Amino acid sequence: MRNSSSMKSFLIEVGELALFVKRFFKEVFTKPFEFKELIRQCYAIGNRSILLVGVTGFIIGLVITLQTRPTLEEFGAESWMPSMVSLSIIREIGPVIIALTFAGRIASGIGAELGSMRVTEQIDAMEVSGTNPFKFLVVTRIVAATFMLPLLVLFGDAIALFGSYIIENIKGEVSFMLYFNKVFHVLDFSDLIPATIKTFFFGFAIALVGCFKGYNCEKGTVGVGAAANSAVVFSSMLLFIIDFIAVFVTDIFFDL
Amino acid sequence: MNTEQNNSKAIENIETKSVMLEIKDLRKSFGDNAVLNGFNLKLYEGENLVIMGKSGSGKSVMIKCLVGLLQADSGSIKIMDQEINTLNQKDLNILRTEIGFLFQGSALYDSMTVRENLEFPLRRHKSRFQNTSNMDELVTEALESVGLLHAIDLMPAELSGGMKRRIALARTLILKPKIILYDEPTSGLDPITSKEIIALMRSIQKQYKTSSLIITHDVDCARVVSERIILLVDGVNYVEGTYSELSTSTDVQVKAFFK
Repeated sequence: MRNSSSMKSFLIEVGELALFVKRFFKEVFTKPFEFKELIRQCYAIGNRSILLVGVTGFIIGLVITLQTRPTLEEFGAESWMPSMVSLSIIREIGPVIIALTFAGRIASGIGAELGSMRVTEQIDAMEVSGTNPFKFLVVTRIVAATFMLPLLVLFGDAIALFGSYIIENIKGEVSFMLYFNKVFHVLDFSDLIPATIKTFFFGFAIALVGCFKGYNCEKGTVGVGAAANSAVVFSSMLLFIIDFIAVFVTDIFFDL
Repeated sequence: MNTEQNNSKAIENIETKSVMLEIKDLRKSFGDNAVLNGFNLKLYEGENLVIMGKSGSGKSVMIKCLVGLLQADSGSIKIMDQEINTLNQKDLNILRTEIGFLFQGSALYDSMTVRENLEFPLRRHKSRFQNTSNMDELVTEALESVGLLHAIDLMPAELSGGMKRRIALARTLILKPKIILYDEPTSGLDPITSKEIIALMRSIQKQYKTSSLIITHDVDCARVVSERIILLVDGVNYVEGTYSELSTSTDVQVKAFFK
């Protein structure tokens, strides 16, 4: 009985999310366009995440190289290090890990911000003043996150490769030129493009879930906390689903 | 002439003025819970009408139906002769610029300064104001009218409850609305600040010649600002009259409010 009730509420939520997506696509292409707010959100979302993404990317690069090096050394295959690390970072680890940290930062932030605006009637005040709050608050945040995450992932990937180079330089005395020559020798557009395209979907999904949870927040301050929390959980889960689909589709077109 | 005759005369005078807002047979339910059961109201030009009722009697639901934040199940809402249920979103937004709404919790935008809070509605309706005066003048005028010009660059978090309410009132005034809806304007405020807000409401009504619909259960507020009071019980009009009529009523439900 309890299972059927929670399944019912889950399905209702999925249905409401679908309607939310439909409304987003309806509003995003209709005037007035909130360009100023969009630029502000791009700056806020990008700026809020850049340090986190940089640190995360750097640590990913360090850790992967440190963990993998001993195994490759056993086979005398240290020279494969740059190729292996760059492929794994560019194709999968960079986009997914950075998107997960982005989800933790942005989905919860948007969920809490919009949730708080909902329970303190700020969204109602906006509507009463003749502004479309969905367009002003939701559309701008989703578009900003969709375009900012790919840029952040590219930045994070570059930092991760730099982190990897530092370990290689310390442990194997590999020069900067040699390391990055090997990296770019093995990388192809078929590695970079699908991985970058999927980050647009990651960014969209993260902001969508954050906005959906926050915009429909109920039950006062408890609801704000719940909105922020469930935005992170739900968007992280969605990331893995999108990643699976993206890898599956990439495999069809690029024969991984 | 005694007080009751004076009050009756005042109501007669008001009723000769044009109707700014009219609600007929308004009904609204949430699931099985019927909140409004056929509520009726007329707000005349320049009038201060107070709606009183205990918590859960449907006052806030009614005021939200008025501005289209909630959709009524049935009934008619006419604001300045426009039936809001038949308006498209664009026309509703235009009509909303004629209506000011003071929210119970002030609802100032947390991420914006006081100046940005006041500029926000102006930027959304630039076409209405570009030929009259510039934005800075309008912001200054609105803040001066609530006596808080010095708070122009503060963030809402830096303001006290009373200051927030005043700034919210300034934001409400900035579009120069013809009707102002007040949702519990004195709730959560200390008695002194409440009196200041009440005095401000009266001075604004004189200065801007607005019609006001005030939802409150603050008897002092009703006594000072009201020209007419409607008591809402279980989602319908229970009784209507002036403050002095209702405060001397022998009806048990009415007495419970005014004792």
